[in-house]
Amino acid sequence: MSAENILIISIVILLLPLVSFIINIFWGKKLGKLSSYIASTILGIDLILAILIFVNKVFGEYQVSSFIKNGINIITNNEIIQAKINWLNIGNFNLNLGIGIDNLASIMLIVVTLISFLVHIFSMIYMHDDKRFSRFYAYLGIFTFSMLGIVLANNLLNMYIFWELVGLSSYLLIGFWYEKDSAANAGKKAFLVNRVGDTGFFIGILMLFSVFGTLMFDDLFATIGSAETITAIANGSIHLPFGLDYQTYLTIAGILIFCGAIGKSAQFPLHVWLPDAMEGPTPVSALIHAATMVAAGVYMTAKIFPMLTADALNFIAIIGTITAFIAATIAVTQTDFKKVLAYSTVSQLGYMVMGLGIGAFSAGFFHLVTHAWFKAALFLGSGSVIHAMHVAMHNAHDHHTDPQNIFNMGGLRKNMKITYITFLIATIAISGVPLTSGFLSKDSILAGSLAFADLTGGLAWLVPIVGFGVAGLTAFYMFRLTILAFHGKPKTSIAKETKENSFKIVMPLVVLAILSIWIFYSPNPIDANSGWFMDKVKVPTSAVPIEYQRPSMIYEVALNHTLGEQAHSATEFEESMHHFHLPAMILSLLIAGAGITLAFLIYQFKIFNADNIEKQFKPLHTFSLNKWYFDELYDKTAIAFTMFVAKIMSYFDDKVIDGIVNGFAYVTRGVSKITGIFDNVVVDGAVNLVANVTGGLGAITRKLQTGKVQAYVALAFVGIIALIFIFI
Amino acid sequence: MPQFYGFPILSWITFLPILGMIILAFIPSGKDEISKESTKKYYRWLTVGITFIQLILALIIFFNFNYSLGGINDPNSFQFVEKFTWIHANFPLVGSLNIEYFLGVDGISAPMILLTAIVCFVASFTSFGIQKSVKGYFAMYLLLNTGMMGCFVALDFFLFYVFWELMLLPMYFLIGIWGGPRKEYAAIKFFIYTFVGSVFMLLVMIGLYFSYQIPDPSNPGSFMHTFNLIAMLDPANLVPGSIFAELGSNIRFIAFVVLFIGFAIKVPMVPLHTWLPDAHVEAPTAISVILAGVLLKMGTYGMIRIALPIFPEAFASSQWWIAFLGMFAIVYGALCALGQFRVGKRDLKKMIAYSSVSHMGYVVLGLSSMTPQGITGAIFQMFNHGTITAMLFMIVGVIYDRSHTRGLDDFGGLANKMPIYTGITTVAFFAALGLPGLSGFVSEAMVFLGAFSTYPVLTAISTLGLILGASYMLWALQKLFFGKLPEKWQGPWDPTHTKYKTDDVSGIELAGLIPLAVIVVFLGIFPTTVTDLMVNSVNHFVDFMKPFVYIGGI
Repeated sequence: MSAENILIISIVILLLPLVSFIINIFWGKKLGKLSSYIASTILGIDLILAILIFVNKVFGEYQVSSFIKNGINIITNNEIIQAKINWLNIGNFNLNLGIGIDNLASIMLIVVTLISFLVHIFSMIYMHDDKRFSRFYAYLGIFTFSMLGIVLANNLLNMYIFWELVGLSSYLLIGFWYEKDSAANAGKKAFLVNRVGDTGFFIGILMLFSVFGTLMFDDLFATIGSAETITAIANGSIHLPFGLDYQTYLTIAGILIFCGAIGKSAQFPLHVWLPDAMEGPTPVSALIHAATMVAAGVYMTAKIFPMLTADALNFIAIIGTITAFIAATIAVTQTDFKKVLAYSTVSQLGYMVMGLGIGAFSAGFFHLVTHAWFKAALFLGSGSVIHAMHVAMHNAHDHHTDPQNIFNMGGLRKNMKITYITFLIATIAISGVPLTSGFLSKDSILAGSLAFADLTGGLAWLVPIVGFGVAGLTAFYMFRLTILAFHGKPKTSIAKETKENSFKIVMPLVVLAILSIWIFYSPNPIDANSGWFMDKVKVPTSAVPIEYQRPSMIYEVALNHTLGEQAHSATEFEESMHHFHLPAMILSLLIAGAGITLAFLIYQFKIFNADNIEKQFKPLHTFSLNKWYFDELYDKTAIAFTMFVAKIMSYFDDKVIDGIVNGFAYVTRGVSKITGIFDNVVVDGAVNLVANVTGGLGAITRKLQTGKVQAYVALAFVGIIALIFIFI
Repeated sequence: MPQFYGFPILSWITFLPILGMIILAFIPSGKDEISKESTKKYYRWLTVGITFIQLILALIIFFNFNYSLGGINDPNSFQFVEKFTWIHANFPLVGSLNIEYFLGVDGISAPMILLTAIVCFVASFTSFGIQKSVKGYFAMYLLLNTGMMGCFVALDFFLFYVFWELMLLPMYFLIGIWGGPRKEYAAIKFFIYTFVGSVFMLLVMIGLYFSYQIPDPSNPGSFMHTFNLIAMLDPANLVPGSIFAELGSNIRFIAFVVLFIGFAIKVPMVPLHTWLPDAHVEAPTAISVILAGVLLKMGTYGMIRIALPIFPEAFASSQWWIAFLGMFAIVYGALCALGQFRVGKRDLKKMIAYSSVSHMGYVVLGLSSMTPQGITGAIFQMFNHGTITAMLFMIVGVIYDRSHTRGLDDFGGLANKMPIYTGITTVAFFAALGLPGLSGFVSEAMVFLGAFSTYPVLTAISTLGLILGASYMLWALQKLFFGKLPEKWQGPWDPTHTKYKTDDVSGIELAGLIPLAVIVVFLGIFPTTVTDLMVNSVNHFVDFMKPFVYIGGI
């Protein structure tokens, strides 16, 4: 297929869900249940097109060429097929948009469209009785559109635009049942927590743009390490913001952009929104908060991987490790079906991020894909259970039982066979048992962590220790969940009455469970490296100057004299990872086995009493049950502080600034009062005084004016006499 | 293109409302109740008609705009120019008084004209709810319209000043007569504040008049003083020895500060902003729409057109402080808006008024960056803030008309009662918090991109506005629409179904809201529709300012 056709098809893939959104938001009410069929058909087409792209891009041949057509710049090379188009142009300032399809994007296209399609089908039953049925499909449409936008972005601007739109759709879907305060709160929390991360992301974008003037991945990567840039920085013709040196600048820019991933992929310390997001309908949790949106952060980190310096990578590895650990310890004690899965998601996302941070690029991304399938299966499985519980409650006219509490379930295995089997397969996969996809990907990450620790030494050993520890915890809590929900005897009458759901709910489970089997990724069930995935997803060459790179990840370019061409040898890290493959596998098998065994001993065979253990570790248990008190901490610090400042400012504005303004008015009024009095008493007084004096004199002189002629004559006579006396 | 096919389009667009006002004055109010009701309709639809023609004229200007002409300091590249001597008189002691009737458009004013026409048109629908002395209201409304439009087309400082004052008067009455409970206080506060600004402006204007001279066309070889704003941009026109003659002198700096404060009051920039919340809270809906949609922009427009280019060197020496004030307004305004949730009455309208303070801060920040993208972002932000905030105030009006309260605590769960209203509010709120795909994002992003290269630290702090903005907007959204509907709103708004046929937003309200929503979405995707208007002018402006100011980064 020609590169042009691939681009056109990918634009169609991107826009089709938007069409679904527009149809359902404007005409959804009229369409009624038909809206779900329209939306699902659209997504079905999307999926087929995505497969077409996948096959043609990853395995097919296309012509490598670059040209400009209708103002669209089309660039193809072996890695990526991309198009760039000018969006805003002001003077020397150009903002370009564009889409790009590389192997990562082609794989993600499949992940997003397939899971979205399955969720569309699943929701036909799950959301059947909802009064905003068509609205739900509209929101699914805009979500899928935004998510595909992230996948297809070949620059940070596109990425950021769709990043925020994904945030919007997540907000709408988490708060879908907005009559519940908890749902509305959760939606708001998700958006705001993400905004915090996104602001970091945005500042990172500003930092890059202000120096390089472009946000295109390929242009950025080409400029960052180029000799011209380094000279320009050395001679001062490029100013770095905040007066940083180049290495620190690159590290900080990388970390800031990664902040977006911290928010979206629910990494420590911004992981708090994801468990609350479970307030949304369960199909949404499967689509957005397990498989696709939360993976966007990992995907983005993979996309910017070449510009990350060694320090930035270390930071990312640390964040991932902390996240994996914290979330796993919380998941162990949760009682809500979906909360367990939510924390497990956070923990697995930590794995992926850790994988990228330590340099196990392919493994980290591989885990994203495999996790998407089995975690979607787990969530849809939980949806299937919750739906069955709901139906049973409805039939029994019970409105009090919590349909999501695992201690109200039990014994579902017999009633819901297919759900159980698919759930079990997914549980095995997430626990990292051989013959599953999860084993392949997790094992690669763990091997990577050992290699990283071995090459770095010192505290870096904490990474594999946590990695293996979390693997054990994961196996334990996932089997705890499965055993409590599906095994044993029904704990409530409701659980007893549950029935297997219909085809539309079961089919997606089966598809996802099948995809959790190793064969789709590698013919060898214990070695991912022999499969196509590791072959097609290779760690990209770093773009940063070589002295800022992690030494163990630098390719030594050796000149092959016999062939006369350059040949890449494996990096030190890759060799070490290869070397640690077998030990990692054995160790992880032992640890996962231990976790599973422990879960069976406690919850299935009840050899240890769960309550006793809980009592023995009371403080730890409480700490874990309360999610390490992160929410309380943020409430008391960041939120309380912001609201305090806002309150102070509001008060300040009202009392001080406006007080001064009103004070001015008051003073002016006071002054005018005084001048008024002055005017009345003094000025007017003086005027009146003059008048009075004049009046008084007048009154006196008036008395002389008697109007009697005799008196005048007499006066005139006296006057003349007086004059004579004076002048003579 | 000096004129539009010999048709004085700028005069028409400016004075058409006055014409409408005169027609309106001749329509008798009617004697009995029934004829009074029907004449109210005439007044309303006459205003809609006038503003619609005005909008058409604005669109004609828009479609005939020559993108290649820069304007700014080049008198030959202004468009649709109308220029003749208005007052030319000789006075024995003070000398001659030369005032020109000089109108023209460039890339800076063109978006503002479009904005004014759009906002005035949609706000005339919002005015339909006015019941008290309708005739007087619409007369004042039309007069205000002329004042605003005139400010954006005037190129003679004196003419500009006349229009500036012309708009003050109707605004005072519109708030003072048709306003809320504390209308007198708000109206007087508005008036005094703005009037102080006008006095400042007047002082500088007179000083400038005597400092600039141009060749006298009627008397070759001699020179005359001028109010011509374009002539004032050329230091060659300075009268030697006059008060503002020496670039970089203290008196010029003081004059700049005084003039800048005059405009800053209008923006309004913190700490001169406290008239705004009061004026907004008390003003009737349509007037709030105009106030936020157009009036505030005159402050920043005045800065770009007058204060900055006439005193570039004085601006340069206070550039960092102005950027700082922009940053401060962004964060402070957002915090005050957020503070509405914990303090006092939690008034929705007051919250939106403070959000205006915050959003206008972006404009100031963008301007002070002196980069093409920063300034384009600033002007585009003026446009977008105009449309978005107009929507926000209309939205407040819709709910206030029905419930007679704006307290956020009084609401909840309206989403099911008013679904269309909820949808439109969601679009407006998300536009205000800068969601990509909607217009507010583009301008904010451009401001940030531009400002960061000049002032990275200030810009980085300003991004706090993104988080705080999202916080108060989402909070308000939740308070209004989510959760449970309070007991008292369970029934229909209007049980008699005379005023409101359904519970949802009415047709006439939608006539105001829908066009704005369409613009907000459209410009979010195709921002070049408006930004292309300014590109050349802004580049011209930056080139003009470049010798004086600090531009960091690339």
